[in-house]
Amino acid sequence: MKKLLLGNEAVARGIYEAGVKVVSSYPGTPSTEITEFVAKYDEIYSEWAPNEKVAFEVASGASIGGGRSFCAMKHVGLNVAADPLYTMSYIGVNGGFVCAVADDPGMHSSQNEQDSRRHAIGAKVPMLEPSDSAECRDFTLLAYELSEKYDTPVLLRLSTRISHSRSLVELGERKELELKEYKKDAAKNVMMPAMARPRHAFVEQRMADMAKWAESCEINKTEYFSKKRGFICAGTTYNYAREAFGEDASYLKLGMVNPLPVEIIKDFAKNVDTLYVVEELDDVIETHCLKNGVKVIGKEIFSLLGEFSQATVKKAVDGFEAECITFPEDIPARPPVLCAGCPHRGFYYAINKYKPYVSGDIGCYTLGAAAPLSSVDACICMGASVSALHGYNKVRGEESKKSLAVIGDSTFIHSGITGLIDIVYNKGFSTVVVLDNSITGMTGHQNNPANGFTIKGDPTSAVNIEELARSIGIKRISVVDPFDVEEVRRVVDEEMNALEPSLIISRRPCALLKGIKHAPALKINEDKCIGCKACLNCGCPAISVRATADGKKRAIIDKNQCLGCGVCTYACKFGAIEK
Amino acid sequence: MVKNILIVGVGGQGTLLASKIMGAVFTGLDYDVKVSEVHGMSQRGGSVVTYVRYGEKVFSPVIEKGEADILISFEQLEAARWVSYLKPDGIIITNTQKIDPMPVIMGKAEYPENILEKIENTGIKIISAEALEIAEAAGSAKAVNMVLLGMAAKFLHIDKEVWLKTICDTVPEKTKETNIKAFSDGYEKAGC
Repeated sequence: MKKLLLGNEAVARGIYEAGVKVVSSYPGTPSTEITEFVAKYDEIYSEWAPNEKVAFEVASGASIGGGRSFCAMKHVGLNVAADPLYTMSYIGVNGGFVCAVADDPGMHSSQNEQDSRRHAIGAKVPMLEPSDSAECRDFTLLAYELSEKYDTPVLLRLSTRISHSRSLVELGERKELELKEYKKDAAKNVMMPAMARPRHAFVEQRMADMAKWAESCEINKTEYFSKKRGFICAGTTYNYAREAFGEDASYLKLGMVNPLPVEIIKDFAKNVDTLYVVEELDDVIETHCLKNGVKVIGKEIFSLLGEFSQATVKKAVDGFEAECITFPEDIPARPPVLCAGCPHRGFYYAINKYKPYVSGDIGCYTLGAAAPLSSVDACICMGASVSALHGYNKVRGEESKKSLAVIGDSTFIHSGITGLIDIVYNKGFSTVVVLDNSITGMTGHQNNPANGFTIKGDPTSAVNIEELARSIGIKRISVVDPFDVEEVRRVVDEEMNALEPSLIISRRPCALLKGIKHAPALKINEDKCIGCKACLNCGCPAISVRATADGKKRAIIDKNQCLGCGVCTYACKFGAIEK
Repeated sequence: MVKNILIVGVGGQGTLLASKIMGAVFTGLDYDVKVSEVHGMSQRGGSVVTYVRYGEKVFSPVIEKGEADILISFEQLEAARWVSYLKPDGIIITNTQKIDPMPVIMGKAEYPENILEKIENTGIKIISAEALEIAEAAGSAKAVNMVLLGMAAKFLHIDKEVWLKTICDTVPEKTKETNIKAFSDGYEKAGC
């Protein structure tokens, strides 16, 4: 039966059919839905881990234990999991082990645009790259065969366009597998110098063997039509080149992007007049071609930045651009914003009174950097708000006390807690704020260790953030409601001025969570509103100022968006915003 | 021959459900189908776009400038933003609703006036409706996507029953009635 599946759903289907026993992941766009779909299969144990390193290690242990295992993460998540990846490459597998890593060319929802093929090369593990949902399923199944045959973790490289596109998939049945026997084998599984040295030799031999396999495998395939131009592509760029040039060109589609074949490429090069390499982000395939004496046209015409499309590929090669209509005026941008009723807005609006230095983190609340709130000063990576604030405070001294770190509940558990321990241990004085909205928000509402529910929604033990902070030695701990703007201001002022570590928990659930009761939409009292626009400083998408019936400009509240949070009432000096 | 449909709107308006239902309808008719969505950050009130492509064989999941046959827009400004993606003989199906983006709210930019008229002046055909009001009358403001889907269905020459069945198979039981009514009202509206 053929079904229209999201790429991520198709990977989940492949995992199911491959008889995988254990899946552990940390959410990250565009990889999140793989594990959400896996969680719907009762035959597979699945979980959200606190971070990608833990997820990778859980899957590693399951593999050593003899079952097929899996983990998924976004490209930057693999940096967090890089430590176990590079050594699991040496250990190899017992049960097959596949890790999906989803790149985000174009940065739809990421802080950088790194190319995770670099990790496959660095860790010396094979990497497969599907080009549609059918291949997402097929390559996942193949990855398990390769993993067990070549004794290696296998990376499955996805990208936003593959993960978040739907296309047709032929479904198969699940193959239940017996656990492989576990035999104690220190030479293979205990990586200390004496054992790791021979395993490194094994890794080099394995990759040489896999390079041979790459020459004859079915997933590296040529399609010959016109031989005037040939395109070497992989993953989504195959779709773009094939769409752009149809049968006016020939194609070498590489299903395995590490290790890369040599002979197939040389052979293809001989058969076409002009050879192009089309690859998003880095010039990995191009460099490989040049190293092997194959002359190609690559990044001299194709960008190192962003996503491609059939149009960008055609323009780069032919200079062709489709005719199109243009709207005759400038169109205002529509950047993403904190939702109406978002608890983060109340917190940012409150602290803006003091104009503190705000060390930001990864999540919905990064949007607090955007105007008009413009609260956030820096954002590096998951967990960095806490540790980077400590560094900021150490370098600038006590005069920098008017400063805060802001971090979500899930991100705090991911890697914020280690930074907090650093602050206490090293006698810092930073003020850390956990914006606890009871969910992992930006990735689309996943449960996490602090909210008391498992991936399947079953109740479980919840990390008590206050107790956790107390146990590491924080003495100043307070909890505030971000909708109570005055109280937030009072507490923040007090804690920033205290020259010892403090933790503030700004607690209110995400406005989009199911079952959350909202107050009725607020109304503008037209007699009181003078159209001063002070309420616009909240940056709420539900408020605007427009000409009303009598021609005077006044605030207008969109009743379909307003959730009655009341933060804007703190902004209005005239009491014109009413319940 | 591949048909290209662009669905645009503001994050949170329900564009993803509309594309999901479209994809299911075309799949049921044995077409090759690709639907490309955007999740994550831009869903938070940003400009969002979904590509729906169907035909005998579809390679690319994305639609580029000058390639779309139909542009379904959930909001006027978004229709203007994405109009360059239409073929010169393409049509726009749009909600007349206006949602101010943050730069307009802050007074840093102007929301263009008479957007639909200006688009029509470029020779593009527009079918518009007050989809929000129609959805509210049908029972829920959230059913804007069904109203627009109904309007689009009129131009896709696929039996109305096929759409209704797919909607019933996709949406939760308790919202079925509202969604069907919103779709049907949109379908009728497009015929006027």
